[in-house]
Amino acid sequence: MTTRIPDAGMLNARPFNVRLFNAGTLPLVATLAIFALAYAVCVVQFPAMLSTRVAANLLTDNAFLGIVAVGMTFVILSGGIDLSVGSVIAFTGVLLAVLIGRAGVHPLVAFALALAVATAGGAVMGAMIHHLEMPPFIVTLAGMFLARGMAFVLTTDSLPVEHAFYATLQQLYWRLPGGGRLTLIAGVMVAVTVAGIILAHRTRFGANVYALGGNRTSAALMGVPVGATTIAVYALSGFTAGLAGIVFSLYTSAGYPLAAVGVELDAIAAVVIGGTLLTGGAGFVAGTFVGVLMQGLIQTYIVFDGTLSSWWTKIVIGALLFGFIVQQRALVWLSARRPSAGSAT
Amino acid sequence: MMPGTATRALAGALPRFSVLALILLASWLAFPGYFDVTVNDGRLYGSLIDVLNRGAPVAILAIGMTLVIATGGVDLSVGAVMAVSGAVAATLIADGQPLAVALAAALGAGVLCGLWNGILVAVLDIQPIVATLILMVTGRGIAQLVTEGAIVTFVDESLIFIGSGAVAGMPMPVVIAAVLAAAAVLLVRRTALGMFIEAIGVNRRASVQAGLNVRVVLIAVYVASGFCAALAGVIVAADIRGADANNAGLWLELDAILAVVLGGASLLGGRFSILMSIVGALIIQAMNTGILISGFPPEFNLILKAAIVVVILVLQSPQAGRIAAAIAARTGITRRR
Repeated sequence: MTTRIPDAGMLNARPFNVRLFNAGTLPLVATLAIFALAYAVCVVQFPAMLSTRVAANLLTDNAFLGIVAVGMTFVILSGGIDLSVGSVIAFTGVLLAVLIGRAGVHPLVAFALALAVATAGGAVMGAMIHHLEMPPFIVTLAGMFLARGMAFVLTTDSLPVEHAFYATLQQLYWRLPGGGRLTLIAGVMVAVTVAGIILAHRTRFGANVYALGGNRTSAALMGVPVGATTIAVYALSGFTAGLAGIVFSLYTSAGYPLAAVGVELDAIAAVVIGGTLLTGGAGFVAGTFVGVLMQGLIQTYIVFDGTLSSWWTKIVIGALLFGFIVQQRALVWLSARRPSAGSAT
Repeated sequence: MMPGTATRALAGALPRFSVLALILLASWLAFPGYFDVTVNDGRLYGSLIDVLNRGAPVAILAIGMTLVIATGGVDLSVGAVMAVSGAVAATLIADGQPLAVALAAALGAGVLCGLWNGILVAVLDIQPIVATLILMVTGRGIAQLVTEGAIVTFVDESLIFIGSGAVAGMPMPVVIAAVLAAAAVLLVRRTALGMFIEAIGVNRRASVQAGLNVRVVLIAVYVASGFCAALAGVIVAADIRGADANNAGLWLELDAILAVVLGGASLLGGRFSILMSIVGALIIQAMNTGILISGFPPEFNLILKAAIVVVILVLQSPQAGRIAAAIAARTGITRRR
């Protein structure tokens, strides 16, 4: 499983943060253990869930969430937040439908345009956050209104996307042993996650993001380009939101301005469940992947059960959030106490 | 009050009132009958009354949110708490319980939600944005649990009166918001409570060192926010004569936070003004109503909202303040020469 990679990467990329290392890996281990346990419980109750078919569908159905959550992980690691992603997904979907359906642009060109717009939007928000010293919460809130509003201006209806190239992309899949179909969008999600892991733990940019989230002032003093990194982080989040919009458009074959409402919350929840500290500076892209799968698993379980109502999803996710946040709090508290006890003696 | 603080308060209020006046003026230009207020069946009607009436729930949320933001926190759960309290009130009334029981239970649910948030923030020391995120996600699930997934409707006249009745010509939601605002302002400005809240927002550790019981004040602030949210939830449910667990109060937490920020409070805590936050809530509602009645396509509503938010925020940002100070200094020097 890809989730083992960062354990080794962490040590090399962040030697300056050895103290947080233990407190940092424990949430990931806990997330993995709880996911494995939850899956085991599901399989005991419904043996059919232990199939590549269910696993592949888990990836396909949550592909857009998984992609956007990778960008959100970087934003949160840097100590910020991005509330605009759900609206950007909807805007991208509508933009693609308009470009392909009304303007007759080839899907590939439309994809490139949509990604460019989404990335530029993210970069503008990052620039405002850095240069105007405004809280990310409010800036991305304005971005959320703007993207949703622009989607509404383009259309108020659900626009279908009908194009031969779309149909080809939707039918692409890789047959797994056991009959599961790893679709193109599921493949994109896995690829984005792997790229995110490498970016976070093996590059200078990744180290800068961790340093920024750990302590902005000391990061600046160490020579981290604070402005460029902040802008790049929000541009990256815009890019993943745009890519998630493309994947969502392939998944639903339509552009609808009210689509993906509240996805930003699901993404933030996935990041937190994945063991990333919301204060920034510590966490894993791989954990976010497990956080996304955990949310998908709860939904799959409810579908398999058939008698549970959908609102239990929210309550269970809320309970999980609570559990993980309290666990993080306890770990931070313990790791903060240890050195102070050491210096006292 | 010292004369200096009074002038400074006035200087702070001026830009907000000018923005509000500008929006009202623009609406009047687009719709000439905007300022007309008529009396029908002993009740005031008109676009201005509509702005007050529709703005009341966000104004009530903004009262609680102001106190939370002043401590350096934020309460994301208010929209979900509105759904919970509306669901509780509607379900109890539909079961034939008297109004007093339904109201007490609904407001009690809000207080409990606030207490939960407060304990997470003050005792477990969890970041407010994360602590209240839990209830934001879970709250709607709980509300659906209460209503069993259905939209509960009711015909009880006494509860409906809270949403659409009128006292002395004024719609009931406006009266409730005004009374609550007056009570809140008296409570925080005539006692030391307001100063305690600002102290925590400016420097929590220093407040602890100064002997302030920070935990109790913080919990009280989140309980107040939960109470305000519950009240707003009951008003909204009474207005539509039903409880919709999925849509009641949806995204209103963002409007409430926006109202407080438009009112000039810093999200980092400290300085706050409940009255200015209510003006902020009215700015948001005047904008919504103005766009609707001017015949402008409602699709542009969100874009305009985003644009106005950005303009006001840029004007308020520390960087803009520095530039303004630099310009003022330069013109001051030229004048002296």
